[in-house]
Amino acid sequence: MRLGSALESEQLRDRIISQRNSDRTCIITSVGTCGLARGAADVARAIYQTISDFNLKDSVDVRTTGCHGFCEIEPVVLIYPEGILYQHVTPADIPEIISESVIKKNVVERLLYHDFSTGKNIIHEQDIPFYNKQNRLILGNNRFIAPNNIDDYIALGGYSALVKALFEMTPQQVLDEVKESNLRGRGGGGFPTGVKWESCRNAPARDGIRYVICNADEGDPGAYMDRSLVEGNPHSIIEGMIIGAYAIDSHEGYVYIRHEYPLAAQNLAIALEQAREYGFLGEDILGSGFRFDIKITKGGGAFVCGESTALMASLEGRIGEPRFKHIHSTERGLYGRPSNLNNVETWANVPIIINRGAGWYRQIGTDGSKGTKIFSLVGKINNTGLVEVPMGISIREMIYDIGGGIPGGREFKAVQTGGPSGGCIPKSLVDISVDFDRLAKVGSMMGSGGMIVMDEGTCMVDVAKYFISFLTEESCGKCIPCREGLDRMLDILTDITEGRGKEEDVELLEELGDVMQETSLCGLGSTAANPVLSTIRYFRDEYDAHIKEKRCPAGVCKELITFTIDGEKCNGCRVCARECPQGAISGEKKEVHHIDQEKCIKCGLCRDNCKFDAVTVS
Amino acid sequence: MVELTIDGTKIRTVEGTTVLEAAGEMGIVIPTLCYYPGLSPYGACRVCMVEVVKNNRSSLEASCTLPVEQGQVILTNSERVRKARKLIVELLLASCPNSKTLQDMASNMGINKIRFKIKDRGCILCGLCVRYCKEQMQSGGIGFIGRGTSRKVSTAFDVTPEECRNCGGCEWICPVCERACTAGNLIDGLCGGCQNLAPVETCPICTGCSESVGMQGHKVY
Ligand SMILES: Cc1cc2nc3c(=O)[nH]c(=O)nc-3n(C[C@H](O)[C@H](O)[C@H](O)COP(=O)(O)O)c2cc1C
Ligand code: SF4
Ligand code: SF4
Ligand code: FES
Repeated sequence: MRLGSALESEQLRDRIISQRNSDRTCIITSVGTCGLARGAADVARAIYQTISDFNLKDSVDVRTTGCHGFCEIEPVVLIYPEGILYQHVTPADIPEIISESVIKKNVVERLLYHDFSTGKNIIHEQDIPFYNKQNRLILGNNRFIAPNNIDDYIALGGYSALVKALFEMTPQQVLDEVKESNLRGRGGGGFPTGVKWESCRNAPARDGIRYVICNADEGDPGAYMDRSLVEGNPHSIIEGMIIGAYAIDSHEGYVYIRHEYPLAAQNLAIALEQAREYGFLGEDILGSGFRFDIKITKGGGAFVCGESTALMASLEGRIGEPRFKHIHSTERGLYGRPSNLNNVETWANVPIIINRGAGWYRQIGTDGSKGTKIFSLVGKINNTGLVEVPMGISIREMIYDIGGGIPGGREFKAVQTGGPSGGCIPKSLVDISVDFDRLAKVGSMMGSGGMIVMDEGTCMVDVAKYFISFLTEESCGKCIPCREGLDRMLDILTDITEGRGKEEDVELLEELGDVMQETSLCGLGSTAANPVLSTIRYFRDEYDAHIKEKRCPAGVCKELITFTIDGEKCNGCRVCARECPQGAISGEKKEVHHIDQEKCIKCGLCRDNCKFDAVTVS
Repeated sequence: MVELTIDGTKIRTVEGTTVLEAAGEMGIVIPTLCYYPGLSPYGACRVCMVEVVKNNRSSLEASCTLPVEQGQVILTNSERVRKARKLIVELLLASCPNSKTLQDMASNMGINKIRFKIKDRGCILCGLCVRYCKEQMQSGGIGFIGRGTSRKVSTAFDVTPEECRNCGGCEWICPVCERACTAGNLIDGLCGGCQNLAPVETCPICTGCSESVGMQGHKVY
């Protein structure tokens, strides 16, 4: 059914809502990529099966949605309207959940979330600390939407921002609203979105063609917020793009999606088809006379393809490599035409701004950074997952309140933000607020929202080496400072971690890093030195220990450590000797064991397996 | 017409000119490697960096791809520019020590030590050959494959392609093939011979120095 007017679309919404009874029980489970990896598909199947076994098909709804963000506790089952959350659910738990929670309205105590800080079980989703410090403006709807059902999105007010833009606002007003909201790009650069739109709209288009593009190439290791959005709430991105196209006067759009995201691409394709059927896309959208459609293109498979000019080259079918940017893509981008590229999350913010107004939106966040930001919180932290927080929240709140602190009672050491080319922020700065400008000031960046937490067992030189080695692999190789600079940086770091570091190495790294920053052709090279420069800035003593004392304080760098057995603690249980893959450990039963340093490959298995902490690292 | 200031001197030039070309018109020499008149600018070697001053802030930009702008203020030889250029040439030499073009450039800039590991890759990936082949000979028989340090110039399936006209242009334009440094035994990655940078006693036998820099010795960039 194609909707021919704003009225018809509002009538459709009313009809969908009236057919739904908000008191009716709804069982929700998330089957995003992360949930699937933990067996959510079997859980979903068990739910459908049990519902039909119990003959509840007519009184209970089941919804399989995209990711809810709390990866640590997947698979999750939510019971609405009560809002009960069950964690780590297996298919075997489903009959009990349904007979107890759905039919008898009881709570299944053993499947509840357990809060270790208070020692209590928590029944309701909104009371879980991981969630209640968040402001899930964008991600929150994921749990109410089955991505392959446009009606779910419409029932939540979806496409009402589009109606408002098309029928109550001129393109200029839409543009002004976005400009006034101070929305900044979520893809890394933090460029003001409204300003970008304006320059694209004002750029002369020779043949009247302008492009609107969504960057869903998400290549940062460990980051998956864009995937979760495209997978779980594809219509919010589509709606944002249509509104943007209306403001910019564009009629063709592209979503450039990473090729490792098949489920996201599939959900997006279904969503596009459904949006076309209702007339939100295509010719004469809702009878407004405005025309716009979106195509999907799969990414070229390299990290650098996420860079704007490389992305456009790849969209055109050329090698995805950056070009110089003195001519802006907003003037001459895809196929030489004015093109506006925004990140997935940026687009998802647009309908909210139009619906609630720039004034409302601006209340969230700090002076320079408005709204919320989704982070993927990973590493040495209790609660890993996607967290959406208002800009300006402190790192401390993110790590201790939302993230639940560091596991195993260990000490927090540093947090790396901004993806592979972000910087490391030390514990002493844990109270700084998270926003674009503050992060940049301390030598890191917002990037696309990666947040890797590190504990005291992390060697910062080793961390820098890890990121530089990732970037060396991903450099496209076009320009010298990035290609050769990264390669030599890796050489130097490898030397340092293997005990061949020289006194002058740190200065050379700094000099090289500065030049890479200043002279690289694209953002990859110009930010690539951040991991090194920031670790030198905050953890210089660790570099010095490696170079001058040939010692790795965290006990990580293999060439600089030795494993020995403490005679006081060893009781000769022989476990280590059995575990050692090299046969380097000798000793009679019930007698103190010894490690043959010649044979030892420093794998650490003996230390990990000794129950008496007798293996020491020095 | 646009008016801009390069190294303190005002110049008027037509719109669409690059800063490198505008500086050239004034007789200011900016070192380049991947630029060649008549070929499209590529912006990869980054030795042509200049400092662009704007509202009390300045940034480095590659002059070969930077279009002139009204009121632009450019410094082609500031401390910051020289420092960046030197390090880039140092990196280039570390990856291609046998290029006479690079050795000369290093001498002219006063580079006297290569602090990085020498890994002779035999090509600086300046892309001159690729663009020459495509844009001047309309052939397009060669291109880049791979990425990062595995990137290289290649033909399809590593055989001479049908499109090749045997013009030899790729070799002629190459800053590495055409003028290989013949000094041999480099010290710290530098021959230093041409410019007598190294003490005479340690200067390896050098050929062709005068051919490239002329009797008047070297110009300092
Ligand atoms: C090496 C590199 C990789 C990038 N990868 C991505 C990416 O995966 N997703 C993304 O949205 N932006 C990425 N960007 C940023 C884009 O170039 C561009 O700035 C962004 O998509 C613009 O959208 P925004 O203004 O909404 O942030 C990358 C940039 C660089 C330099
Ligand atoms: S900075 Fe790196 S990724 Fe970007 S163009 Fe240069 S070599 Fe390629
Ligand atoms: S072969 Fe020569 S001309 Fe071609 S890219 Fe390499 S250095 Fe440049
Ligand atoms: S000459 Fe300008 S970047 Fe190579």
